[in-house]
Amino acid sequence: MFDEGLFALIGQGLLETLYMTLISTLMAYVIGLPVGMFLAVTDKEGIRPMPTVNRIVGGIVNILRSVPFVILLVAIMPFTRFITGAAIGSTATIVPLVIAAAPFVARLVESSAKEVDRGVVEASLSMGASTLEVVWKVLLPEAKPSLIVGAAIATTTILGYTTMSGFTGGGGLGTIAINYGYYRSQTDMMLVMVVVLVIIVQIFQEIGTFIANKCDKRIR
Amino acid sequence: MKDIPTIEIRELNKTFGTAENQVVALDNINISICRGEIFGIIGLSGAGKSTLVRCINLLERPTTGSVIFEGVDITNFTDQELRKVRQSIGMIFQSFNLLMQRTAMDNICFPLEIAGVSRKEAVQRARELLETVGLAEKENAYPAQLSGGQKQRVAIARALATNPKVLLCDEATSALDPTTTQSILSLLKELNQKLGVTIIIITHEMKVIEQICNRVAIIDNSRIEEVGPVDEVFRHPKTLAAKKLIFPKGDFSEPLTGNGKYLRLVFEGNSADRPIIANMVLQCGAPVSIVFANTKNIDGHVFGHMVIKLPDDEEVSRRILTYLELEKISYSEEKNYV
Repeated sequence: MFDEGLFALIGQGLLETLYMTLISTLMAYVIGLPVGMFLAVTDKEGIRPMPTVNRIVGGIVNILRSVPFVILLVAIMPFTRFITGAAIGSTATIVPLVIAAAPFVARLVESSAKEVDRGVVEASLSMGASTLEVVWKVLLPEAKPSLIVGAAIATTTILGYTTMSGFTGGGGLGTIAINYGYYRSQTDMMLVMVVVLVIIVQIFQEIGTFIANKCDKRIR
Repeated sequence: MKDIPTIEIRELNKTFGTAENQVVALDNINISICRGEIFGIIGLSGAGKSTLVRCINLLERPTTGSVIFEGVDITNFTDQELRKVRQSIGMIFQSFNLLMQRTAMDNICFPLEIAGVSRKEAVQRARELLETVGLAEKENAYPAQLSGGQKQRVAIARALATNPKVLLCDEATSALDPTTTQSILSLLKELNQKLGVTIIIITHEMKVIEQICNRVAIIDNSRIEEVGPVDEVFRHPKTLAAKKLIFPKGDFSEPLTGNGKYLRLVFEGNSADRPIIANMVLQCGAPVSIVFANTKNIDGHVFGHMVIKLPDDEEVSRRILTYLELEKISYSEEKNYV
């Protein structure tokens, strides 16, 4: 079983998985970071409370988060085809991945921003900082370690999602595991993919924790 | 004392909560704070003092009433106008509230960044300020590497970076040990004298007021009960709230029951050194019982404080009062509370 073909297969799958994971995470943050900050700032305890808007945006986030990824994957296929021109393959999978991950990222960012000491925010307001300055100069930098830990969690979660896209021919390690392990009942193949996935998750998690600790000036 | 008010608070009220479930935090506050003075606001926790200080820079918007800064009513300023004003009102806090991911230097540069000062100028100003607060060598230290006192020094430097006219101190020494408290208070006094910055101190500790304030306002139950020069308020506290604060808990917490008249005496300056009570007892030929006695040091003056129970004999009582008047001892009669 462990021949050159297998390694090529794993290599190919690994690249596809990393491609989907990293691009989706990046795009999920492009959407989720501002949305999360907006949720934190407009919260009733935030620096610019907007209860109604906050509830509407929060509601949309909750609805998107409560749709199981496998269902979302299938449900939005026409939309995916409209955006990427295809409904299968790694690039196509990025569309549902981003839609599923962005609200999750928004909640992670929101909770990191809310961890920032209220007193520090108040101090910066007392110095005449505007809402935008508080976000840029206080909330983001002060929450940085927590945001990085959150990013590691988001990346590993999205990695998990990519494997589900195996059922719709999304490509990557998930597709290999399903095609070989599920449809052809090659359990050993499935196990190999699981081991590779476990290793990648570990690496992402370790990198995240390392960077978060490295940049956190509260420690030492 | 200079008589142009830097800050004037007029008929200020603040309520929290909904119409049917209203909490009054501040009730008709009127205070006028002069340029260059150190003004203390003392009260027990929950009295409303933190809300009051936040109304001064309008971090908390008053429900009614106005705040006048340097002769201009700022109560209805727009956010943008307020941000400008806040650069002239520095603030320090009980928990320091430094940016944990920035060095001491960059913390001090922070308000200057907001004010649009160039990085080069900001760094230069921050160095001066670090020097002023005695932390020149801690330029690159992060707050986590500093002690409580050092953090408060950085916070003071940060609050002064934009050359504010007023410095608000919200329980600034409450998280510090007694020695560090002393050093922070002396620093504040020094800055007040050197820079002429008006300082408003919120505290629950009488010691802080005694040590550096010129005038004090006593806040209790959302109201200002008493305002005046510190030694005067100390010598003749008129209200129950003032007495409770001036006499630490336990000494005066129980109203006296039973009949009889009580006298509260205050000795000041040299009279604290003379055997007043001993002479009084000898001259009037009447024993008195001492209910309470204490001394305090305010602004370098020693004050003695004593509560005695007068004898039931009216004649003797009268003689005692005459004696006290002759000796120029200020006294007041106390009825249900000593």
